[in-house]
Parts: sequence; C-alpha cells; structure tokens
Amino acid sequence: MDLHTLSISALQTRLRSGETTAPAALEALEARIAAVDPKVGGYLSRNLGRARQEAAAADLSLPLGGVPIAIKDVINVKGDPCTAASKMLQGYTSSYDATVIRKLRAAGAIPFGRLNMDEFAMGSSTENSALQRTSNPWDLNRIPGGSSGGSAAVVAADEAFASLGSDTGGSIRQPAALCGCVGLKPTYGRVSRFGLLAFASSLDQIGPFTKTVEDSALLLNVLSGKDPMDSTSLDAPKEDFTRLLGQDLKGIKLGMPKEYFIDGIDPQVDAAVRAAIKQFESLGAEIVEVSLPHTEYAVAVYYIIATAEASANLARYDGVRYGHRADDLRNLQDLYIRSRSEGFGEEVKRRIILGTYVLSSGYYDAYYLRAQKVRTLIRQDFEAAFQKVDALICPTSPEVAFKIGDRSGDPLKMYLADIFTIATNLAGNCGISLPCGFAQAEGSRLPVGLQLLGHSLEESKLLQIAHAYEQSTTWHKERPPI
Amino acid sequence: MSAEFDVRHTAHLARLELSDAEAARFQSQLSQILGYVEKLKEVDVSGVEPTAHTAQTMNVFRQDEPRDWFTSEEALSNAPRQANHLIIVPKVIE
Repeated sequence: MDLHTLSISALQTRLRSGETTAPAALEALEARIAAVDPKVGGYLSRNLGRARQEAAAADLSLPLGGVPIAIKDVINVKGDPCTAASKMLQGYTSSYDATVIRKLRAAGAIPFGRLNMDEFAMGSSTENSALQRTSNPWDLNRIPGGSSGGSAAVVAADEAFASLGSDTGGSIRQPAALCGCVGLKPTYGRVSRFGLLAFASSLDQIGPFTKTVEDSALLLNVLSGKDPMDSTSLDAPKEDFTRLLGQDLKGIKLGMPKEYFIDGIDPQVDAAVRAAIKQFESLGAEIVEVSLPHTEYAVAVYYIIATAEASANLARYDGVRYGHRADDLRNLQDLYIRSRSEGFGEEVKRRIILGTYVLSSGYYDAYYLRAQKVRTLIRQDFEAAFQKVDALICPTSPEVAFKIGDRSGDPLKMYLADIFTIATNLAGNCGISLPCGFAQAEGSRLPVGLQLLGHSLEESKLLQIAHAYEQSTTWHKERPPI
Repeated sequence: MSAEFDVRHTAHLARLELSDAEAARFQSQLSQILGYVEKLKEVDVSGVEPTAHTAQTMNVFRQDEPRDWFTSEEALSNAPRQANHLIIVPKVIE
C-alpha cells in the first residue's frame, strides 16, 4: 500500500490499528515529494527535522494524531518561513503560530511544508509567485489555479494528505477545481484569521484542501471556533461537521442560479456540471432554478473592495520592522518608497494602486461606497435564494486549467474568470468545490469542479450534500498521470 | 472618471515608484479596469445601506489586563537593522 495516496481518514485507520506509524507516513510523504515535486513545484520549503520529531512523539488518540498537513505560505508557523511568495518577505521567520496552526497542533497534526501561491494571494493561476512556478499535476504545461495553487497541486499529486489555503475571492475553490481535489471555503468568521497575512480582511477565510469530503469535515472540526485573537471570528455553537455525512438527499432542494449558466462557459465544463445535476436528481434532490440578479456586478464590486482593503493592509510592508529593506537610503520616505517598490511584484503593485485610487479623496463615494452598497444587494440576492433552497449548484470556474503564460498581460480577463466564486466571499457564505468530471484539451485530461454554495454557518448541510454526490461517483478516486 | 486617473500620482500616495514601462502599462491596464467598474453606476443604490463586513459585530472589547506577549527579542527578530532593542531607520530630523 502506498501510504502517500491515502486520505486522512484512511491513514488514521491504519495508524490506529498499528498497521503503520506516524514516522512511516511522514517518510512515505517525503519520498513522494522528492519524486514528483521537482515537476509540480508546489512546495517552497519543508522543515523535515522538526516534522520527524513531532511524528516520533505523535499522540494517535487525538483527532488528527500523526497526520502531516501542508500549509500555504501565508499562514504563520513559528520557526518557519512565511513569504507570501513575495520578495518582500524572503528571509522572514515567523515568531508565532497562527490560531489554525495552534489548533492543528492541539489536535495532534503535524504542520509540514510551505506551499507556493500567487504573491500575497493576489491571482488566479499562481503565476504571480515571485519565487517559483507551480504546475498542474494533470498537465505540467498548465496552471494549477490560484491563489492557493500549491495547496491544490500537492493534494492532487498525493504529495500531501491535506493542506490549508486561504480564499478571498475563490482562492481555495478555483485551484481545487482545476487540480481535481476538494476545497472548502468556510463561512466568513467560522475560522480564525489570526496569523494569516491579511489581504482583504472582510473577505479572507482559511480553509482545507482534501482528497475527500469526509476529510474536509474532519479538518473543519479542528479549525473552526471563536478566537479572542480575531474579533470577527463567530461565536457559533460547537458542532460535529461529519454528523450529517451519509444521510440521503430526500427533501433537499438545490438551486441552479440562472446567471451562473451563461454563454462563455467551456462547453465541457457545462456538460460535466449538468451531468452532476442529473446525478443529484437521481439521488433524490429536487432541482429548481433561482436568480441572483446582481451577479453581473460582483467582479466590479470585488475588485474595488478587495483592492481597497489590500492597499490599507499592505501599507505595513514599509521596510522598517520586518521584510525587505532597500540599501543606500537618503531618508525615511526613500526607505518606504524604495523598499516597497523593490519588494512587491507587479500584480501586488497594480492592486495597491487601484485600491489607493478608489479610496482617495474625491473618488471614495463614487467607487468604494457605491461598491459597498452593491455588496449589500449581492448579499440580499443570496439571502432570498436560501429562503427557497438548501444550497446552490453551479460550476466553480467557467473553464479548465489554461496554459502557463496564456493570460499574462491581461489582468481584466484574469479577473473575469473569478465570476462564479467571488460573490460568495462578498456575501460571507460558505462554498465547496469537488471533482465532477474531466474535459479533454489538446491531448490532456483536465479536472472539472462542481461548486456547491451554502448559507452562512450551514457547512454541515453543505458537506452532507457534497458527500452524497461524491460517494455516488468515482471522480475523487482519479489520480493525475504523474 | 477614468480619464482623470494619474498612475504616478496614485502610486506616490501608496509610496510606490514605477519605472516608465510599469507606469505606461499600469496606466493602460488600470484605466481599462476602471472603465469596467463604471458598470456599477447602472445599479440603483438609493436607500441601500453599505456592507463593510458580513460578520456584523460591533465594538468588540476585551478586559484591559496585562498578559504575556512577545519579548523584545522576538518582536525584533525580523528587523532589518537594530541595536539596543531598537529599530534603526535613516535620520528623520535634519
């Protein structure tokens, strides 16, 4: 049995029965990474020595005892680098654990390995990493999606049992779709953001990448909860997110938002998602059409609000306390300007400038305040839809993974591909992407993702619906030819 | 509105300096994006309250009590230049 191919729950069964050990699982994973990561490029760094010590001391009675989990390089792990894939933070070492890392450790998991991403989580292809290229394991000439491209690629390539990423406008769900794994964006506030490098604070949320829906529920059990270090974390009742797994879909009503089934979707993506909808009907779910009338404004609202928040959040990278500092400085202003201009990459600069503009005197009302009002309308669209249905069903991305370099130089076109994921962040709801088929593209077989969107704090029901579909198909068992 | 967008002025507000090539590229790309977001003007937002946040929490306070936090060594562990538990920066007052 190749240990590295296992899901978390299958690994735990073998660990607890004594069939294998935590150090053996870690070594199997390391061997797999050494074999395939030179091609995939998902990992930026790994602290194998520390992970070996933790594996040797693993407490298998804990919920995730002895399970290595890989971490997007935007979440602080004490003693690890945390670069956000930026030159700005090369050489930075975290002096504390993020709350999610503290929770993983308390549950017996082993944070192991740091994953590539778009710089400061800004991008949809991981091509904006200033440090490394990451490839899609299904076709090494194609992008893995983004911004959490490394997090998706390593799970898809069996180089991690599971990983953590962050989702501001689709950065968990879109790469999960393009790489063929399960990606969950929890409700805003479900998981503490303390220790996550901030991009857009009203939208950012940490979530898991896994091989199965059950593993996603197991990780959410550990990650979720109120945190005094994050005042926006929600004080929701403690629940077991696995409790509805296995229940049938009788009485479940799924809504197809008509604005999400439009011209411009790759016909193979459309066909795979429509086949999944038929499958849901055969499982007993009722399908109805719903409308989210302000969908066409979501991309515009998002790129005003997210860049405005980013321009404020990234002001902290000034070359004074940490991060890159330029040489031969004339004065303090020179320190700020040159350190930032040298440290940030192109997309980050582009978004900071856009965010600064929409917040600047004379433009605030026209851009930022108006976008916040349309955000309210988008949120109300979802509230009205969830009065009628248990969850929404749609594609995660209008397309499959494109070729590396195909979109460079056209940021607007790249932004428009986020159309199906970003409204969820604006509304603060939860969403999940899971495999629902494949598309053929120039000789490659590329995964297609199905997206299910749930109401605020209804992850248990969302996971129940996703699990019922997954268990009635074999898509999640497919592995890339690597 | 996007005709008034001056990329160099806005970059300076954000303490960024652009090369000539970057300035030309960003001016064109960001003008295109600002043109796209003009579509928000189509929406009737009269009487609509803005959403800053979906968590809907206000004024979250904690007890004002001392607690363990970073030591100065930990807090300064990533400082580019330091001495005597202080961060060194260029002279501020001439």
